[in-house]
Amino acid sequence: MQTLITTHNLTKRFGDFTAVDAISFEVGKGEIFGFLGANGAGKTTAMRMLTGLSHPTSGEASVAGFDVYRQPEMIKRHIGYMSQKFSLYEDLTILENLRFFGGVYGLSRRQIKEKSAALVEQLGLEEVAKKLTGSLPLGWKQKLAFSLALFHDPQIVFLDEPTGGVDPITRRQFWEMIYAAADRGVTVFVTTHYMDEAEYCDRISIMVDGKIAALDSPAGIKTKLGVQSMNDAFYQLARGAQRSE
Amino acid sequence: MKPFLAFVKKEIYHILRDRRTLLILFGMPIIQVLIFGYAVTNEFRGASIAVLDQAQDELSTDLQRHLVASGHFAIIEQVDNVSDIESAFQKGKIKMAVVIPPDFSQDFYHRKKAVVQVLSDGSDPNTASTLLNYVTNMVNQFQVRKSQAPPLPLQINIESRLVYNPELKSVYMFVPGVTALILMLVSAMMTALTLAKEKELGTMELLLVSPLHPFLIIVGKVTPYVFLALINAIFILALGVFVFGVPIKGSLLLLLGLCLLFILTALALGILISTKTDTQQAAMLTSLMMLMMPTMLLSGFIFPVESMPRLLQWISTIIPAKYFIILLKDVMLKGSGIELILWEVMVLGIMTLFFLVVSLKNFKIRLA
Repeated sequence: MQTLITTHNLTKRFGDFTAVDAISFEVGKGEIFGFLGANGAGKTTAMRMLTGLSHPTSGEASVAGFDVYRQPEMIKRHIGYMSQKFSLYEDLTILENLRFFGGVYGLSRRQIKEKSAALVEQLGLEEVAKKLTGSLPLGWKQKLAFSLALFHDPQIVFLDEPTGGVDPITRRQFWEMIYAAADRGVTVFVTTHYMDEAEYCDRISIMVDGKIAALDSPAGIKTKLGVQSMNDAFYQLARGAQRSE
Repeated sequence: MKPFLAFVKKEIYHILRDRRTLLILFGMPIIQVLIFGYAVTNEFRGASIAVLDQAQDELSTDLQRHLVASGHFAIIEQVDNVSDIESAFQKGKIKMAVVIPPDFSQDFYHRKKAVVQVLSDGSDPNTASTLLNYVTNMVNQFQVRKSQAPPLPLQINIESRLVYNPELKSVYMFVPGVTALILMLVSAMMTALTLAKEKELGTMELLLVSPLHPFLIIVGKVTPYVFLALINAIFILALGVFVFGVPIKGSLLLLLGLCLLFILTALALGILISTKTDTQQAAMLTSLMMLMMPTMLLSGFIFPVESMPRLLQWISTIIPAKYFIILLKDVMLKGSGIELILWEVMVLGIMTLFFLVVSLKNFKIRLA
């Protein structure tokens, strides 16, 4: 299997606080990789380093075959990103948002037009395509934001708590979209608080105090810790944490 | 280039769809110019005064007529005793009172020395001193007219002429000042606000993980504001020229060039503020406190720098608007060419570079 994300002893320090402490892992093509941890465990910092938003203090990492130190610009071209905060412009219409992000990623006018039409049809947004994004219900916005993160056909998509505040049905639909993307060969790197979502991932890593405390398939982790549910597994690992928010 | 254009287009949508932005951009300049042009003025027409005429003779009546004839004063009350003056002041009916003593003409014609008492409302010192000046001048005129004495054989007359603003019109002061204020508002505050908005909404993250270079993000965000600010500058200057009759004696091209320079200074300040603040509210407050107040109070717009305490004079030397107002006045009123204003242009240029370098540094630090 082709690996798309590799880290080796990746570390980030802020002063004498070590936010991310020598983490090492690999993520393969088309894999759904769950990134779990309590608040303040270092998930977001790790993700920021992989997306080129933050420079590592030490260690190595490559994303989509590009080095995080030397080729952050190349990485940015090949990844998609969606954050926990709703990340579309609410005062732009759906089509204008698509045109803007298409333009930012250097797609041609024709590509943008074709892809927009396909996306609007696929999400069933024909009626509201020319309405301001702010008027959409939250669930639709989240689905739209996810589609937008995939708009320029990235190899990897980073999702930072994408389903925060969304109802269970929309969450389910959202995960169906994630599966569909993974089936097309897109690698999905997702952080989440929901333990049921962790079960949907191919493999998960649980971070505690900046270190990776466990890394395996959900079933593997449960077996290793001798617990019944992902909740118990998380609780057992995170209980020993020294730091919290 | 294409990503950049997409960016500018998106920014224009933001501006056109936000009522508050539109109001600040287009409502503010008109309101400011009209307020400062019409309402805030140091000239007085028909200030209300009371007269206590204890003489009641030809000369005293003549003096009253002389005061009213100037148009500066309107006698709204003839009072009978001093206590009425007091109560008129307290009710706020009058700005000034003139007391003519009983033996006014006696003293004037026979003792060659008469006294007129003028009382003015010191709770409003600017008005009081302006009115006192007017009255002093007019009493002097009156005295010259009334004294039939032949002129002294030897005398020095002062013949004064106020160059560059012969009629001492306050609007000549306000147009450059308002221009500075509006450009500060549009360029600095709006830039700080729009950048803070992206941070607040979380869209800044999205832009930063995109292949757009951070520098391009900033340039894309401020480009529409450069044009808007320039349009505003032209608009204010046009109002000044066509409505208030302020002259533009120097080169128009030079004037616009200077406006552009100051816009860049203000933009750099706005970017700097946005790197230090994370919410629109913080950005707004910081801009108001750090930029608007000093531009109003310490730039020489309302209070002359020369009459400030030494400490404030020092502070005023780091206020960009001070230099911009000097430049505008030089070019508009005196018709100075670029060779005469190089120093101020250089100061503004260096300030702009300094703010830009500091804010780009800050922006990078935030990324790391």
